[in-house]
Amino acid sequence: MAALNEEQTMIRDQAKSWVSDQAPVRKFRELRDSGNEMAFAAPTWQAMVDMGWTGIIIPEEYGGSDLGYLTFGLILEETGKHLTASPLFASALVGATSVILGGSEAVKQSVLPGIVSGDQIVTLALEEGPRHKPEATALAAESSGDGFKLTGDKTFVAEGMSASSYIVPARTSGIAGDTHGISLLLVTADAKGVSRNAMHMMDSRGYANVQFDGVMVEGGHLLGELDQGFGLLEQILDRARAGLCAEMHGTASQAFDMTLDYLKTRVQFGQVIGAFQALGHRAADLYTAKEMTRSCFEAALKAIDDDADNIPEMVALAKARVGEYLHEMSCQLIQIHGGIGMTDEFDAGFYLKRARMLETSFGNQSYHRERYARILGF
Amino acid sequence: MSEDLNAFRSDVSDWLKASFPTSLKGKAAEIVEASSERDGLKGEALEWRKALAAKGYGAPTWPKEYGGAALSHPQEKVLGEELSKVGAINPMIMLTGMGITMVGPTVLEYGTDEQKAKHLPGIASGEVRWCLGLSEPNAGSDLASLSTKAVEDGDNIVLNGQKVWTSGADKSDWCGAVVRTNPDAKKRDGISFVMLPMDQQGVETRPIKLISGYSPFCETFFNDAIAEKKDLLGKQNDGWSVVKRLLQHERQSQTSARSPSVKLESVQDMAKRYVGTDSEGRLDDPDLRARIVSHLMDSKLHNLTVERITAEARGNLEVSASASILKNSATRVAQTRAELNLEIAGSQGLGWDGDEFTSTELDNVRDWLFGKATSIYGGSEEVQKNIISKNILGLPETTQKG
Repeated sequence: MAALNEEQTMIRDQAKSWVSDQAPVRKFRELRDSGNEMAFAAPTWQAMVDMGWTGIIIPEEYGGSDLGYLTFGLILEETGKHLTASPLFASALVGATSVILGGSEAVKQSVLPGIVSGDQIVTLALEEGPRHKPEATALAAESSGDGFKLTGDKTFVAEGMSASSYIVPARTSGIAGDTHGISLLLVTADAKGVSRNAMHMMDSRGYANVQFDGVMVEGGHLLGELDQGFGLLEQILDRARAGLCAEMHGTASQAFDMTLDYLKTRVQFGQVIGAFQALGHRAADLYTAKEMTRSCFEAALKAIDDDADNIPEMVALAKARVGEYLHEMSCQLIQIHGGIGMTDEFDAGFYLKRARMLETSFGNQSYHRERYARILGF
Repeated sequence: MSEDLNAFRSDVSDWLKASFPTSLKGKAAEIVEASSERDGLKGEALEWRKALAAKGYGAPTWPKEYGGAALSHPQEKVLGEELSKVGAINPMIMLTGMGITMVGPTVLEYGTDEQKAKHLPGIASGEVRWCLGLSEPNAGSDLASLSTKAVEDGDNIVLNGQKVWTSGADKSDWCGAVVRTNPDAKKRDGISFVMLPMDQQGVETRPIKLISGYSPFCETFFNDAIAEKKDLLGKQNDGWSVVKRLLQHERQSQTSARSPSVKLESVQDMAKRYVGTDSEGRLDDPDLRARIVSHLMDSKLHNLTVERITAEARGNLEVSASASILKNSATRVAQTRAELNLEIAGSQGLGWDGDEFTSTELDNVRDWLFGKATSIYGGSEEVQKNIISKNILGLPETTQKG
């Protein structure tokens, strides 16, 4: 744990007790079994708004508390531990970051207070295919009057069914694969020509396909500069990835705690299984990975708060290494629990499925290892 | 607090201007090498040692009455920063063998006032070199099964037995030895820790030649070697608690990845030089490149973790539970780098001697070989994992039968 100030400690403690009391995994199970298409419970979301979580990174002039990404990470760790479902990450971190970094003053005023109050859910609609590759953006945005006309599809859009607006990276010039020629546009979900359908992913959270069929977007809803959106998108993505790492570490830590508890209670061959050195050493390895990876995602969040110049390096390191830890931990969660881990009645499966979704989001381990090498110039 | 630190920083800086011989600037490697020799430092390096000792900066956090300067940990950090700014190093760690890192802190904790007054000043001033007699031929990772016998004889204790892997025993003035004083008790209950001078008839040392060609370790034989009873550290037959503490200090001292005095070429630059790059500037061996990425990530993660744990301890990084984690990760990072050094240079990295090889290439071979010891000594990698699973995670003991 980073050395926290008093306010951060308070927020973390509040998050810890609220999540374990009010939004434990049992709630997520109920949600999954209910088939709720939004994939989150309205009272849970409202409680998060009431606690001020939606305004953590938003400047005070727009109704937020401007406490920074490390503080946001403390909350995401806790929601990650109990798989608490909500649009908190998609909207209050990714959506808010997009508007803060790229929005005009008018856009900030019209969107940020709504994110804080929970009335608006703003999500990034980036992916167009199964592999994360932002520069492959092809969705067409033709110039039309003083605005743009959008044609194309986005997929795997987090909270895509509940979103009130989308941040849409679109191609304004060049061809798919060029970093130049990408522009970011803010599009409301009720605009003419927008349609969407729910995607059912293994983690039972909310995702959508979103179709844009000749959707008109006014020029004032361009975020950042025309054709220069790729740099802005990378900045948004790195903040999103760092936040995601906090959630991932929370999920992995809970899987670790469940496993350690089982090692101390499950008896076979006349002793608790944690007394076998093969398992004791495996637990030591997993604990080591937990401690080491905490250092890198906290460093990434701090680099963002400090506006340091090594944000991409720190984020690539964190997404790769936290992803590796979560991957291994989710496998060991099942393996060490044995047969019980294979049953739907036990929660282990939820962690395993969620782990793969988190790993894949915004670039998996392999993506970020490759990126790290490029950043280091070899 | 920070104002006080600033004032302290300028005091140190002024003192360095007056006391540090500029001729020693950038001579860290030479001083390190001379410090590990029997006759130690000479000339200006000797004057520098004396100046450090007079100020108590050789063992800066120790109490003043025992040769330290009673610095706080943040002050110690400032001192280190100022030393490195002017290109100075503190040679006491090398000069005293196991004195500064292990013996001193343990004597501070367990010693009587008389023992502290007798042993600590010589360590703090860099004049007395210490070794530790821990491992035996049949007691390595299972240290508590040691069998060196120690029997009382009036005011003395008489030692008989053999120690092995005694670092620097052939150059040391004193030895801290762990011995069996009660052969009838359970194995951890009959052990004592005793300090004895090396220059006596009953002590014999033989350097062990390693696969690297170096001989940093010895076999040490006690044949009626004499220790004074008043040099028992801790209670008789309660030496195991002293040893455990000593080993914690050892782990703590082995948590940093590498001595900063030697500036290495980055592994990626080295790889580009030997292997070459493709048209996009990527290393021309994708498999090697992937493993270098993994190594660099491990290395960065280790450093970030040391920083994080230091920050959480707010500068007060004493013996901590995390030492086992850091010892293992420091070892892995260093051993992987050493393997990469060889692999990257191909056959050129496998030379033993001769003009065909650069001195770096030859050094890399020695470092690689010597580095194999790091996951064995100071508690092997497996012993560290036992410690993590038992002491941190609370899993049952797996190594004690009965």
